Amino acid sequence: MPNSENKTNNFNEQLSNYYQQFRVYADRILALSNDSLEKTVNVALALCLVCAVLVSIATVALRPLQAHNKALDMKKNILDVAGLLDEGTDIDQAFKERIEAKLVDITTGEYVDGNVDEYDQRKAAKDPAQNEVIPPEKDIASIRTKAKVAKVFLVKNGDKLQSIILPINGYGLWSTMYGFLALEADGQTVQSINLYDQGETPGLGGEVVNPNWRALWKGKKVYGDSGEVALTLVKGTVDNSRPDAATKVDGLAGATLTSRGVSNLILYWMGPEGFAPYLNKIKANG
Amino acid sequence: MDKETKKVLFEPLVDNNPITLQVLGVCSALAVTSQMSTSLIMALALTSVTACSSAAISAVRQHTPSSIRIIVQMIIIASLVIVVDQLLKAFAFDVSKKLSVFVGLIITNCIVMGRAEAYAMKNPPLQSFIDGIGNGAGYSLILILVALVRETLGSGKLLGIEILPLVKDGGWYVPNGLMLLPPSAFFVIGLIIWAFRTWKPKQVEHNEFKIMAIAHGEGGHH
Repeated sequence: MPNSENKTNNFNEQLSNYYQQFRVYADRILALSNDSLEKTVNVALALCLVCAVLVSIATVALRPLQAHNKALDMKKNILDVAGLLDEGTDIDQAFKERIEAKLVDITTGEYVDGNVDEYDQRKAAKDPAQNEVIPPEKDIASIRTKAKVAKVFLVKNGDKLQSIILPINGYGLWSTMYGFLALEADGQTVQSINLYDQGETPGLGGEVVNPNWRALWKGKKVYGDSGEVALTLVKGTVDNSRPDAATKVDGLAGATLTSRGVSNLILYWMGPEGFAPYLNKIKANG
Repeated sequence: MDKETKKVLFEPLVDNNPITLQVLGVCSALAVTSQMSTSLIMALALTSVTACSSAAISAVRQHTPSSIRIIVQMIIIASLVIVVDQLLKAFAFDVSKKLSVFVGLIITNCIVMGRAEAYAMKNPPLQSFIDGIGNGAGYSLILILVALVRETLGSGKLLGIEILPLVKDGGWYVPNGLMLLPPSAFFVIGLIIWAFRTWKPKQVEHNEFKIMAIAHGEGGHH
């Protein structure tokens, strides 16, 4: 159509016009002395513009890939705590086959509907519309707010529930530690713990990621005889002859405050403010 | 390759190594060298940033007002570092998690700024690029040497392949835990500097002061 062709021509003409003007301006600026104020300002602006565009392109273009990596990493953490991560495991497939994500209302312990895949509990804990401020006297784990809805993961073996993976977090010495606690279907026996995100002192508190220490958790019991949360870390090594050895885990050497933080987050998240209502429902349903 | 290019490219390896002779960029050399894989990625990241930033800074050097010269260099370096960080997060997620802040800290790595200020501001882009590669390679060489010692002695492995069978896996080697902690890199780098200076005595600095020799028989009192 002649009309639209005209328009394109016009547009091109205008564009080349702008370009000419820009060239004239750029040439004038480049010819100025380096120490003049005008040139300094122009060079600074142009440089910032170019760099900003470069950085923005890199971030925006790579975001989908990074998001995928992050999601994969989270699945890896979950498979790890579920004991399903071996060398060469196809993470996406193993996750799809064995693990089911569910949303749980923390206060009532009931499952709730919602978009499980999209839900991000860590984000929700910071969003005033989705979180709950914990009163200071109840805030044992020093996390200030928690999401109303938690994302838990159920590990299935065929139709049978094999284990329950609960998200936990709490403050250590330097950082809020985020992790998962995997319990067996009885809601009482610990299968594994994985504090995947922490900034504790490397070599001391940072040893919460040490596989040898994590292995100590297997088979420990969360609740004592009267139903209270009994699982804690002790100083030094656990004396296996003591009657409550099943609820005690070795503390981390040289990391008293991190160990206390881990004890506190277990106490909080396994208690009535945390997942106790949910676990009771599971136990009741057998 | 002409003589000048060769000099620019190979001199920083041993004769003018940024770590052992200029003693720049040591902090990241301490932090990332407990494993070979992180060292290699860090070396690659630093080399590409040094080369590209030197080339870019050199390309705009004739129009850089001297009053904002350092800021201009910093902006170019910072932008490139962010791009490298983003690339790592997208294509080498596990390694980027291990390197954590150290990729971002390339911005403050003295080698990058040092080359920009000392070389790129006075030389054409291509040569500056090669100079960046050369200095990056000098840094990489030391990182690889340190990681070689630290990972082998510290965990008995190299890039995940068993070199020294550990006692806990039924072997004979008791790993040296110190090698996994940053201070051990001080010792290793110190030993490397010693080795380099024994090999090339020209690198040995002269004392800044001289101990005065007291001549006998002069002003002696009884």
